[in-house]
Parts: sequence; structure tokens; C-alpha cells
Amino acid sequence: MTARSLIIEETPLVLYCLRRADDALILGHRLSEWCGHGPTLEEDMALSNMGLDLLGQARSLYSYAADVEGRGATEDGYAYLREERQYRNLLLAEQPNGDFAQTIARQFFYAAFADLFWRAMTSSADDTLAAIACKSEKEMAYHLRHSAEWVIRLGDGTGESHARMQAAVAAMWSFTGEMFAMDDAERELIEQGKAIDLGPLRDGWRATVSDVLRTATLDMPASSWMQQGGRAGRHGEYLGHILAELQHLQRSYPGAAW
Amino acid sequence: MNAAASDELLRERVIGIAGAVADPEIPVLTIADLGVLRDVAVDGGRIEVSITPTYSGCPAMNMIALEIEVAVEAAGLGRPAVRTVLSPAWTTDWMSETGRRKLKDYGIAPPARAAGRRALFGAETVPCARCNSADTEKLAEFASTSCKALWRCKTCLEPFDYFKCH
Repeated sequence: MTARSLIIEETPLVLYCLRRADDALILGHRLSEWCGHGPTLEEDMALSNMGLDLLGQARSLYSYAADVEGRGATEDGYAYLREERQYRNLLLAEQPNGDFAQTIARQFFYAAFADLFWRAMTSSADDTLAAIACKSEKEMAYHLRHSAEWVIRLGDGTGESHARMQAAVAAMWSFTGEMFAMDDAERELIEQGKAIDLGPLRDGWRATVSDVLRTATLDMPASSWMQQGGRAGRHGEYLGHILAELQHLQRSYPGAAW
Repeated sequence: MNAAASDELLRERVIGIAGAVADPEIPVLTIADLGVLRDVAVDGGRIEVSITPTYSGCPAMNMIALEIEVAVEAAGLGRPAVRTVLSPAWTTDWMSETGRRKLKDYGIAPPARAAGRRALFGAETVPCARCNSADTEKLAEFASTSCKALWRCKTCLEPFDYFKCH
């Protein structure tokens, strides 16, 4: 027996919530994979704590999407009963943990964006999104500070840590452009004041990234072609494997609870 | 007594009962101390308790909701509905004076005031929760729960938890 996938009515607002919720869920899931494997006990707890923050943000956003969609979906339904192609997360979020440097580069690039994004969203005309933003912006500020400190520590560390951090920055770079992509659905919400224009965030993001990389004695990658597709459900090979693990139980034993 | 007056009396009782529920992670604090209990509404004897999450991923919220249901039911008032409200968003500034004092007596340094995000990136000085020395250092930004960081006092040499400002 397998559980049937959800059919979702993706109005612009539902889509907007699912995109942000999927970023948080998938990145949070990746961080949770470190639980018990962190390089030190303190870092193990930091990665798990950041994963928990993201899971909490995802839950609030899925719950709101369910209210808006109004067809009886639940937060669990969105997480467990959507196909890979229905997931709307950034490709950056699904990239594998790699070595610790790659996890840190991924977290740093995302947090430097999400910190600005949620801060701007605190003035959204949508009260629920503004309230979620008020929580998330503080959490992402902590993630940004923590990951930036590691970028600096590793970049300005030993020859080995410098080389690995530089390689991680290069490996994650082509997934950063998608964070600023907008489509017609988002533009409609921007006009209503519910969403924010991502264009103006780009300079702030580049400034944070370039400051931290310079302090870390790392080179800023040259602008290059950027990968896209996650927002429209076109994912890399990784997401399917994540979902196999994440959804297996509810797919095999629909509605299982304990 | 008319219905409205009896609803109001019931409401005050429920505020007392629900507000006394302890935070499962920091049992010296009640949810009234924390500012997690936002409102109680009573309509014709039906009770709705509103709580607000401290941190997005705080696993204590489900437990707190359950304990409110149990406490109100145990007082013979029936099972209340517990609703989570997100707006306005909780901040550590809502913690009561009593709550801050209880936290410190328990060995956890209370959060810095005016928990604006700028405070996050300023130079933090957290006085030791045990000996009040200002000569302290941060050991770990993320510690035993999502609301705490781990610090160490360089005077009395004891480690202590710090309730992060949020």
C-alpha cells in the first residue's frame, strides 16, 4: 500500500509559502543529517539547533499554506505527500553536506540571504507572513553570525582548511543566483505588498559575502552562469534521495502515528 | 449572576491555571513569566487559550499546549481549545521581572534587554549568573536548548547558560 500524492492548487500565495517552507525543510533536513556526526560536540549541537530553527519556520509556513489553500491539506501532508517535482526549494538547499566546509558555505550563502529576506518581510502586508518573518529574521541572524565565523576560521586557518573552504565556496557559488529569481506569481504578490522585491537584496548579500570572504582571505568567485530550476520543481539528483528517506514511512504506512 | 459575568470569572480562573503551567525545559519559569500565555477567551463556558511560540522550532510548545489542556481539565473546567498565535511575535523583552529573577536564581543569565537584532551583533557582555562577574566569555552560541547559549565565567570559573536575546 502506498499513500497517494497531494494535488495542490498553487495560487501565488500558496506557492510563495511552499517555496520558502521547502527551502527551510530541505536545508533543515540536511543539517539534521549531521546530528551525531558533528566535528565537535558544540558544533553538533549548533548544526542541530539551526536545523530545528529551519524546521520550525517550515512548519509555520506549511500551516499557513494549508490555511490559504483551504482544501484540508496539513503541514505533514505537504512534507510527506508531495512528489519531487512538487517541491519548490532552492537547489542550494538540497546540495549534499559534503565536508564540513561545504555545509558551512551552503549555510553561509543561505543565511546571508535569508537574514535580509526575512528582515524585509517583517513589513509584509500579509500579517501572518510578517509574524513568521519577525521570528525567522532573528534566527537567521544567529545562523549568519555562526556560519560567517566558521568561514573566517577555516579560510584564515591552515593551508588545508583554507583550500577546502575555497573549494566549498566555489562548489556552492553557482546555486546562489536562484535565491534572487522572481516569476510572475511573485511579482503579483510584490504588487500587493505581501512579498518583497528580491532585486534590491542582491547588493546587500554581495556586500556581506564579500566582506566575510575578504576577512577569511578567500577569493570571491567570478560571476558565472547560475543554476536554476528548483523553484519550478526541476531538481538535481539529490532531492529524490532526501525524499525517499523523509517520506518512506508515511508512504509505506499511510497515516502512521505513534 | 449573568452569563457575561460568569464567563469573566471563569476567564480569570483559567488565566491563573494556564499561566501557572511550567516551561518543560526551564521548570522554574511559568508560561506567564515567559509571556507565552497571550490570552484566554471564554464564551458561554467554552474556553480558548492562546499561546505564542518563543522560537520557531521550540519543541516545548506541543508539551505546553498539552499541559494547559490537562491543567484546565483537572480543575474541572472541561477541555479548553489551545490556539497558537504568531502575531505579535514573542520577544525576550516580554519576560516578566519575576521571570528574569527566577531564571537568574536557577543559574541561567537572563536575556539582554531591548532584544533588537543590532544587539545580536554588538559586543555582548553577559554577567555571570552565579557571581555577577563581568569577566565572562562565550563558549557556544547554540547550546542545550534553542533558547540558550553556553558561557563561562573567568572569575569563578563556572560555566553557565545564557538565555539568548530574541
